[in-house]
Amino acid sequence: MDNITFLGKQLKNPLVLASGILGNNAKILERVHKAGCGLVTLKSIGPAPRDGHRNPTVIDLGGGMINAVGLPTPGYDHMDAEWQALADRDFPVNASIYGGSVAEFVKVAQFVSDQGPDFIEINISCPNSDHHGMLFGVDEKAAFAVTNAVKKVISVPLIAKLTPAAPDIGKIAKVCEDAGADAICAINTAGPGMVIDIEARTPVLAFKKGGLSGPMIKPVAVRCVYDIYRAVSIPIIGLGGVTTGEDAVEMFMAGATLVGMGSAVRYRGMEVFHQVYRELTDWLAAHHFTRDDIIGAAHDPIAGPDSTAKKSRKTP
Amino acid sequence: MIVDQKPVMLTVAEKTVHTAVYTTLFFDFAIDFRPGQFVMVWLPGIDEKPYSLSYHSPTRFGITIEAKGLFSRRAADLSPGDSVGIRGPFGNGFDIISSPHTAVVAGGCGMAPLAPLVERLHPDLFFVHGARTHEFILFPDRFAANRHITTDDGSLGHQGMVTDLLAAEIRRRADQGAPPFDRVYACGPEVMMHAVFTLCDVHGIPCQVSLERYMRCGFGVCGACVCSDQVVCKDGPVFDSKQLKKMPDFNRTALLKSGHAVPLSEYVAWRCL
Repeated sequence: MDNITFLGKQLKNPLVLASGILGNNAKILERVHKAGCGLVTLKSIGPAPRDGHRNPTVIDLGGGMINAVGLPTPGYDHMDAEWQALADRDFPVNASIYGGSVAEFVKVAQFVSDQGPDFIEINISCPNSDHHGMLFGVDEKAAFAVTNAVKKVISVPLIAKLTPAAPDIGKIAKVCEDAGADAICAINTAGPGMVIDIEARTPVLAFKKGGLSGPMIKPVAVRCVYDIYRAVSIPIIGLGGVTTGEDAVEMFMAGATLVGMGSAVRYRGMEVFHQVYRELTDWLAAHHFTRDDIIGAAHDPIAGPDSTAKKSRKTP
Repeated sequence: MIVDQKPVMLTVAEKTVHTAVYTTLFFDFAIDFRPGQFVMVWLPGIDEKPYSLSYHSPTRFGITIEAKGLFSRRAADLSPGDSVGIRGPFGNGFDIISSPHTAVVAGGCGMAPLAPLVERLHPDLFFVHGARTHEFILFPDRFAANRHITTDDGSLGHQGMVTDLLAAEIRRRADQGAPPFDRVYACGPEVMMHAVFTLCDVHGIPCQVSLERYMRCGFGVCGACVCSDQVVCKDGPVFDSKQLKKMPDFNRTALLKSGHAVPLSEYVAWRCL
């Protein structure tokens, strides 16, 4: 147990469940928390009921996954039972939200904020809908507008979830920081990509294209977190392909304050949170480092195996 | 080889039309499988759905389809030579014990996942199969084991519920000092499985049931199929009494495609559209 303070909230460790993985009800979030996750995230909540795409929606490719689930949601005002179940929780919850316009983001954010999540994460980065998400995350003006508008109507810390599809993710992160975001979460799925079945002569996913996740995208995620760390002074939740304690160390060195996992649940089960936390702790102990010693360490020109140098940084 | 990753396109080797509603598609491929596990079946351009294997041998497997919706009608219309995508197997399976004192309770097409199990259990099992009418009795001539039939309309066998016969047999064994059941296996409508679970629980008999929920990934990440804190595709679809007791959503709540949690009856009505 670490008892980390993150944006004023207590987390038992620096591991985060990525949005879209398992977060469909309060009970499963509680189980993921018990499996060693410091901060669990609700599946993105949208402005109106939405079924998402037909199957196939999620396919494992071995070194990672491709998915186009398509932002299914009961709609923000059809989740009374879950909010009630979450009201008695003894673990922190991050609520991911999305909309098709600034007004929709604001409507959902305002309502969700009143339900008492510990954080709100704006999903401005989902590649799997033609009308939601990613449009906001690749355009500086749109990213500023939605972050700024949501920040004004919520009473909990705001996290902006970014896409690696942005031409300059550091710039988008900076714009979100300027607009009032309290933290950056990166990255959402990469691509989008496509897998064609050559016998069936057709894309496998019903939506044809989908976001890539898992080990195959880790270098992209590490680069994005590295770029964001140089551009902003707010904390970063780094995720994308993290599956082991050493992956987490790499993400911390790129500049992450917390590290998220999603597809790792496919490869190592829900217990991956306990396992990665133990691996991380063992690695730090073996190297005589604390987590603070390694956050952003890859940015230090003299950082090496014996260095405890760290960049001076605003405390989250 | 068929794996639990990208679908593999397989050719339908043979097709058996059992009744107006039930059709089995056979594939001449090897698949590593335990009774109770399922595969995702992809019809390109249509959809992808979970189906349990109803037949399995080292060189062949089959899936049995109840034609009732768009996908299942299209699947039942396939002919030998046509292709479908298969990925799997997924989930856990039934826990197979060697005891002669077991019972298998099937309801309607819940017979399909139980069929390969029945073939591996001791032949002295107590075997009950219930359905709406005689037309919904699947595999009437398949098994060596004696099967007790119940129908809602009395068109075949006992008119009434499968639990009538199971309860009577549990009582008979107790009255005659015969060994009680070591295990009861059930698959069918959730309300039926809940009745079997409850009856077994009263008598201290461990039971295993196979649950159904709307699924997407099949391997425990997307969360579409959660039932309380259990992920049906990965932790199940077979659950035992101990697990079921800690799942208040069992026979009560299920998620629609949107993730909206609704009463089971509403979910069942949607699934049967």
